[in-house]
Amino acid sequence: MKRGRWFAPALVGALAVALTFLTLPVVAIFVRTSPGHLIGALDDPGVLDALWLSVRTTLTALAVIVVVGTPTAYLLATRTFRGHALVVTLVELPLVLPPAVAGVGLLAALGPGGIVGSHIADAGLRLAFETAGVVVALTFVAAPFFIRGAQTAFAAVDRSWLEASRTLGASEARTFVRIAIPAAAPGMLAGLALAWGRAVGEFGATLIFAGSFRGRTQTAPLAIYERLGTDFDAALALSAVLVVVSGTLLLSSKLLGGQGTEALRAAR
Amino acid sequence: MLRVEARTTLGAGFTLDAVLEAPAGSCLALAGPSGAGKSTLLRIAAGLLRPAHGSVTCGDEVWLDTQTDRELAPEQRRCGYVFQDYALFGHMTAWQNVAYGLRGGGRGERRRRAVELLERFGIGALADARPRTLSGGERQRVALARALARKPRALLLDEPLSALDARTRASASRELAHVLRDSGVPALLVTHDFTEAAVLGDRVAVIDGGRIVQQGTAGELAASPASAFVADFTGAVVLTGVAHAGPGDLTVVQLDGGGTATSTDRRTGPVALSVHPWEIALEPAGTHVEGSMQNRLEAEVLTVTQVGNRVRVGLGAPQPLVAEITSAALGELHLAAGVRVVATWKATATRLVNL
Repeated sequence: MKRGRWFAPALVGALAVALTFLTLPVVAIFVRTSPGHLIGALDDPGVLDALWLSVRTTLTALAVIVVVGTPTAYLLATRTFRGHALVVTLVELPLVLPPAVAGVGLLAALGPGGIVGSHIADAGLRLAFETAGVVVALTFVAAPFFIRGAQTAFAAVDRSWLEASRTLGASEARTFVRIAIPAAAPGMLAGLALAWGRAVGEFGATLIFAGSFRGRTQTAPLAIYERLGTDFDAALALSAVLVVVSGTLLLSSKLLGGQGTEALRAAR
Repeated sequence: MLRVEARTTLGAGFTLDAVLEAPAGSCLALAGPSGAGKSTLLRIAAGLLRPAHGSVTCGDEVWLDTQTDRELAPEQRRCGYVFQDYALFGHMTAWQNVAYGLRGGGRGERRRRAVELLERFGIGALADARPRTLSGGERQRVALARALARKPRALLLDEPLSALDARTRASASRELAHVLRDSGVPALLVTHDFTEAAVLGDRVAVIDGGRIVQQGTAGELAASPASAFVADFTGAVVLTGVAHAGPGDLTVVQLDGGGTATSTDRRTGPVALSVHPWEIALEPAGTHVEGSMQNRLEAEVLTVTQVGNRVRVGLGAPQPLVAEITSAALGELHLAAGVRVVATWKATATRLVNL
């Protein structure tokens, strides 16, 4: 072999190994059982309950994340202040926090004996081991994905657009709604898709903070875990659904994010 | 009348200290090199930046007074601002951009008014186009229409022609001059180009290092620059030297690096001498024609650049010179890089300022 001819084949070889390893489990889920079998397993009311609960809780969490996260991201993207970097790091912390740690932390804060939880209990509200607790756990782990995406998108909005809006008689709030959000929308949606993906797959924090009670706190990933030993087909069927959902979310994030980075490049 | 007064420190060691006045219906062109503080003054006028000390008044309205702590938000100032890159909203069509500043009336009514304005600029047909599909000249018109839509009490223009290619610039400049004349409100225009300032501004204020160094009509600035910087900025050739009284009530300047020049201006000591390139004539080296040209400098041709029907000839004398001659003269003199010539000009065309 000629000198230097080995490098390109080596790269291709590495890619082949990586691709095989990373897709094999996904392929196996669909190969192990026939499609008819999968659909049959979905008839199990417990499985459908878990899927429905996942849809409800993730959407509720996303709504909370968007309402609070959008202004947060806008502030972090357009203002500089003392401790800015620290605030950004704190907001992003859940990204790297082990889910189990997040669950324990949520219990310590919002659980029955938690530092805030006891006050919440006095007001007649229970979060831990309730559906609302699932939403809390999902919001906690998924929010940074959206805030990060939205912050980058807002930072890429041409400053002169915001200033032009002001000189055209729009207040800061009106500028935020009419100019900043539409201009940052692709990046925000990409961040939202990633946040949704993270929320759909959430396991550890939910299990520790909300438990795994059928119909109440047992989301799809928790249902998969519970059925592993007893009904592997049902576990496979649920997994297949989650693969499709996650894949779709990743793809839409890529497509929207592509637009976002394009807009970002154009703005610079 | 728009009046802007600002004294503020920007970054390390850069202090802006300037007062500007633009009477109603006239345009003050604020000209200077980049980093001189031109755009900062414009942003202060619009309320996008607050100076440490200063005031902005427009007619009988006080937009800013740091002494009484009165400050109107940008949206309350009603000034039409044209940004350097026009800052058209990319997610809106041309008419939506123009209608953005319009208040009241339904969507149909606002669209009608916006299209009407676009038609005044000859681009009514492009009302539904997105900014990214428009040419530079078309974008400028949308930006102007948008700035005028609110019936502003003052116009602020930041390098309105710099985003255009050379071909579009001439026509856009004429159009802009019309708009400024018809608007009837004071206008403040920022540019780094003296020619642009001369064409668009009724008066020109030259700013350098955060300070206004001279104000006047473009003609006044070119004819009697107050400093070497202004002379250089107006496009004149600037040479330095030491002046002393000479024969015939003239001033003789011993040029740095060698050679002398005479001027009718009376100055002594270190001076900057300025002369416009079109005042400088070229003769083949070695000839000596008796005439009224008191100033003669031997030089070598370095560059020859065609500019329209004129030719700019860059000359290497002890200090660099530029002469502007006709294309015909270029042929007669057989000018090319390396050819030696004599640059001549009259003492009466030679301005001196003390350094």
